[in-house]
Amino acid sequence: MQVPILKQGAYLIATVQSALTDEDLKQLRDALVGQVSKVRARGVIVDVTALDVIDSFATRTLRDVAHMIRLRGAETVIVGIQPEVAFSMVKLGLSLEGVATALDLEEGLAYLNRKVKGPDHEVRTHR
Amino acid sequence: MSDVKELATPTERRLESTASLLRELVAHLTQQRAQLREEWAQLITEAKLLTAMTKEEIFAEATSVYDNYVEALETGTYEALQAYARNLSERIIPRGVETHEVVGIVLLLRDVLARSLFGKYRDDFNKLNRILDAYEPAANRIAITVAVGFVQERERIIREQQEAIRELSTPVLQVRERLLILPIIGVIDPQRARQLTEQLLRGIRTNRAKVVVLDITGVPYIDSAVANHLVQTVEAARLLGAIVIVTGLSPEIAQTLVNIGVDLGKMNTVGDLQGGIEEAERLLGYRVVLTKEATEEPA
Repeated sequence: MQVPILKQGAYLIATVQSALTDEDLKQLRDALVGQVSKVRARGVIVDVTALDVIDSFATRTLRDVAHMIRLRGAETVIVGIQPEVAFSMVKLGLSLEGVATALDLEEGLAYLNRKVKGPDHEVRTHR
Repeated sequence: MSDVKELATPTERRLESTASLLRELVAHLTQQRAQLREEWAQLITEAKLLTAMTKEEIFAEATSVYDNYVEALETGTYEALQAYARNLSERIIPRGVETHEVVGIVLLLRDVLARSLFGKYRDDFNKLNRILDAYEPAANRIAITVAVGFVQERERIIREQQEAIRELSTPVLQVRERLLILPIIGVIDPQRARQLTEQLLRGIRTNRAKVVVLDITGVPYIDSAVANHLVQTVEAARLLGAIVIVTGLSPEIAQTLVNIGVDLGKMNTVGDLQGGIEEAERLLGYRVVLTKEATEEPA
């Protein structure tokens, strides 16, 4: 099943709706990495609230997505990992190192707002 | 061979005579009931057993124990006695009756009855021997049944209490918006560690916490399995977008964590709970300001 990707302001939001096959994951990766500079997005949120299993392939793909998007000039945050899922991931040694995570969509947006715009780095335009 | 009535083998003969001897024994005990029971209750008081109960209660219990005892001897079945022992334990354990007291009174009764048998058959040594052969195994079995019933009941109560303690043992407290504290006191066994993880991760979700201070000042030591579990919990919390600050590590726990080679980059530790809360407030962007010197005593 394909994951819908929505554009919200300067961010792309991909909400996973149901369990993903490896093929779906690759498709999601390519779609996100492709679109991020097409729409000049500053940040990407991947919402995995609906997933009750995140295996090693999914973890690696999510990490790859985050790193590739960083290289294309935007930030990624994974949101909505369930408590049970988080603990079984850690048990399997899958800890998404170097990837930002947040509790839910709202927290993810707050994180991106801090990271991308940031109160300290306000962009000023000179006349 | 199939002729049962002939009682060919020695075992069968012994069984038959045991049964008839027990019948004789039971008749004797039933006849002497009042006197033996009195004697037994007297001995219980003298031995300072069952001090938690009044004399009347002891006598009432003694009567039912006596009757159940004789019934078990008579029928050779122990289910009724077992049920009675469990029921009795349920009633007397909350009053602080100890295992040695219960075993003690049953053994006293055994001795009282044995003495009475000595008295009755003192002129016929052979008969006495055979009566005791029949009596002793049954009496021992009764003693075991009662003692085991009592201990099982105690264990059941202990299990229930452990359950209750476990439920009380991991409070998750919110001290500020988005800041949780989990004070842990006492030894963490693997089961408690699992429960701790569950409470912590669930707490993060329900309270939408960003920072959790896990205070283990009250934990004397942890083994390496639990230490690993703790590290995994911290990582899992990060996947939920929360930072865990561990405070109050004892030297022993620090040693264990170093021995398992924990990645200190993943683990946030602060010396004590106060420092942990201050660090958490800093991470959350709080600034605590003293507005007035507290010079006067509050009214």
